Amino acid sequence: MVRSHLIAQLLNLLAAGLLLLSFSMLSRRRTQRLINLYAWQGSILFLSTCLVAYDAGLKELWYSAALTLLLKVILLPVILHRLIQRLGAQWDTEPVVDIPVTMLAGLGLVIFAFGLAEPISHLATTITRNTLGIALAVILLSFLMMITRRKAVTQVIGFLAMENGLFFAATSATYGMPMVIELGIALDVLVGVFILGIFFFQIREQFDSLDLHHLESLKDE
Amino acid sequence: MPIFHAILSSSAAGPDGDLHRLQWLIGAWLLIGTAGMLRPRSLRYVAHWLFPLGALVSLGIAATAGGFLAVAPMTRQAAGMAAQTQILPLGLPDLPFHLRLDALSGFFLLLLGLAGAGISTFAAGYFRSGTGSAPGLLGLEYHLFLASMALVILADDAYLFMVAWETMALSSYFLVTSQHRIPEIRRAGFLYLVMAHVGAISILLCFGVMQGGSWQFSFQAMRSASLTPFWASAAFLLALLGFGAKAGLVPMHVWLPEAHPAAPSPVSAMMSGLMLKTAIYGVLRVSFDLLHFRLWQWGALTLALGLFSAIFGAIFAAVQTDMKRLLAYSSIENVGLIFTGIGLAILFDASGMPLFAALALTAALVHALNHAFFKSLLFLATGSVLHSTHQRLLGKLGGLIRSMPWVAVLTLVGTLAIAGLPPLNGFVSEWLLLQSFLFTPQIPHAFLNMIIPTGAAALALILALAAYVMVKFYGVVFLGQPRESSLTHAHDANWMERLGLGWLALGCILIGVLPRLALRASSAVTSSLLGAKVHDGSFPWTIAPVAAEQASYSGLIFFVVIVAVVGITFLLVRLLAHGRVRRTPAWDCGYPWQTSRMQDTAEGFGQPIRHMFGAFFHMERELPSPSDPAPQYRIHIEDRLWRAIYQPIARAVQWLADKVGVLQGGRLAIYLLYSFLTLLVLLVFVL
Repeated sequence: MVRSHLIAQLLNLLAAGLLLLSFSMLSRRRTQRLINLYAWQGSILFLSTCLVAYDAGLKELWYSAALTLLLKVILLPVILHRLIQRLGAQWDTEPVVDIPVTMLAGLGLVIFAFGLAEPISHLATTITRNTLGIALAVILLSFLMMITRRKAVTQVIGFLAMENGLFFAATSATYGMPMVIELGIALDVLVGVFILGIFFFQIREQFDSLDLHHLESLKDE
Repeated sequence: MPIFHAILSSSAAGPDGDLHRLQWLIGAWLLIGTAGMLRPRSLRYVAHWLFPLGALVSLGIAATAGGFLAVAPMTRQAAGMAAQTQILPLGLPDLPFHLRLDALSGFFLLLLGLAGAGISTFAAGYFRSGTGSAPGLLGLEYHLFLASMALVILADDAYLFMVAWETMALSSYFLVTSQHRIPEIRRAGFLYLVMAHVGAISILLCFGVMQGGSWQFSFQAMRSASLTPFWASAAFLLALLGFGAKAGLVPMHVWLPEAHPAAPSPVSAMMSGLMLKTAIYGVLRVSFDLLHFRLWQWGALTLALGLFSAIFGAIFAAVQTDMKRLLAYSSIENVGLIFTGIGLAILFDASGMPLFAALALTAALVHALNHAFFKSLLFLATGSVLHSTHQRLLGKLGGLIRSMPWVAVLTLVGTLAIAGLPPLNGFVSEWLLLQSFLFTPQIPHAFLNMIIPTGAAALALILALAAYVMVKFYGVVFLGQPRESSLTHAHDANWMERLGLGWLALGCILIGVLPRLALRASSAVTSSLLGAKVHDGSFPWTIAPVAAEQASYSGLIFFVVIVAVVGITFLLVRLLAHGRVRRTPAWDCGYPWQTSRMQDTAEGFGQPIRHMFGAFFHMERELPSPSDPAPQYRIHIEDRLWRAIYQPIARAVQWLADKVGVLQGGRLAIYLLYSFLTLLVLLVFVL
């Protein structure tokens, strides 16, 4: 009982850390920092999955944790760092909405997410049920980041962070997704990053910049 | 028909033999079409082998359907053979294709087979190598079109019906646009496709209403569904809209005058002669079979729309200068007449007068059959004229009776038939329709029985206008002097074309002289749908639909009298004139310098109509000034309904599309915001 309580407390701590990292991603403008923050998110996910796996005694969750470590903490950040160096896109330009306003909007979203998760978490029986609101908040905050940034690379990071939120929601509401689905999503994310990487080079070749406002001319007149 | 029956009843295996044979025949059509793709570029192979084979299959279908109809309806009912049904091992799981052969589908299959045989024979001689689709591809589309029409008629569930209906629309679209390199033809094809799909959506909704909450889409389920009068009316209106769009009922007629001239002539003949009839079939199937009651209001609406279409079509046909457009408008007129008959039948049936309902329905059915013959014949004849002169404009034709005697004589039969002259078939159905109008005062609705008889007057006007149109068509194309010097070199149709035209002309004469044949076929339908049928006459060669003492008609007597009068006159003239034939210049009214340019033109012929019915048209006229050295008279006539209905709709769609286009701002952040807001709204909805 004590052990279980301790694990629940630890999970809450990790969830809080995840939320903090999301906010910190919202406020950062340097792309490399963003990637590091993404890697930190990954490691928190890894730790929390390990904890849940230990508590529930599920073998599959261990695999899932290993996958998280490999993909989200090591592989993707490395790929993204390399991409940025080759593209020379260390700085994002001024965001569409300035950062304090974004932070305030983010606060509103977190409150909304908690309100939304409250009735659901009453239904859940797992030890991680309190973290559902945070998972939702992470998803919404990452989405917000995608909207407010102009560079293609930051949008991809926002997309990946959103996937982190979804993953966290899955582990917190139920004990993770079936292994097949999880593998599928992991593969999707990896392939997605590769394809987007190719797109980055194409966009830069066309417009000499990764700024997305160049794409505005691609509409029907 | 008894002969057909004798042949077929010996070979029919089991109670469902006819339906089995029909499936094989439809399959044969599909096979013939596919065979065309083996050597798609070879005109000889496709034209000399596949099209004649297709014509034979058509004959087989007509024979099977005729044999089915020939068995007296009462005998069949007694033997439990009123309809043959079958479930095919095709379709979706839980939703197999159902087929059903009953009197109504038998009648329309007979029509399809008989007229289809003539058209296919003609087509064998018609298609030339040249620009446009490859012959093999045309053969595939052509036979697919025929097979899908047969399947529409045989379908016994909404699913197969819609599949066949769409196949029919698409295959005919590709046939219409076979000369797709010409922009006007692409435009006509697009208009046709749009109208076909508007109609198809309406039909789909109609079936959706008729399933009546059972979610069963077989026609059997729809027959047993009990709808409230409101929903039944909704279903009927949707059917009228959907099938009316295919049949060319005003105001959904706009595609007809565009698509028919664009298509190759055998295709125009098929669309006008056969495809419009599948729409008639659909209306009859829905209103008399699937819906279990009829309201008199439906009949009044159908009657009004039908009469208006008929007047509209006749007037517009009178002012056309393109011969295929003229025939297309004439199709609108004839479809209007058929709908008038259907409207009267609904009206009588809802008022509890089955015999008169049977009379009106007989008139509609026989007119559908007649129209299949004479309109196909005329469209095919325009094809022959087009091939030998390369002209569609009436103003550049004339005097073709000398260079194309075969086509001229056979077209004359069709022209007289469509003008409604005895002893040909057009007279029979129009006489029946007038007869049924004469009984409308007995309808027990105070105002209706006073207003509807004026419809009889309108009908008389329509018939007179139709005759006027045909005088114009035949007179300008075949009579008088050639208006262009190149016309003297026009060559007559080849023998396959003559055979096809001759077959259709024979049909016109046969139904006209022995109308009992057509009445026997349609009586099977009316007795299965309405439980009543028109009386036979007292002699085999007469018809007396209501009672022998009231009114009867005998085409044969007319025929004999006409032949006798003409023969006696001819002999008398030969005798009195001593058999001498003198060829001298015609009397020139004392003015010997007339040229062929001084003949009455198509525009001139239509001028009185244009003047009298000016309110119908939107006219733009260019009159030359008196001092102009090269005077030109130009007149452009447009449909008012096009501006009144279709242009506003097109503008509204464009406006809406522009508004939707604003959503596409081009900024990625905005797009993301759309999904973000959608997500938030959905989440709030959950909350």
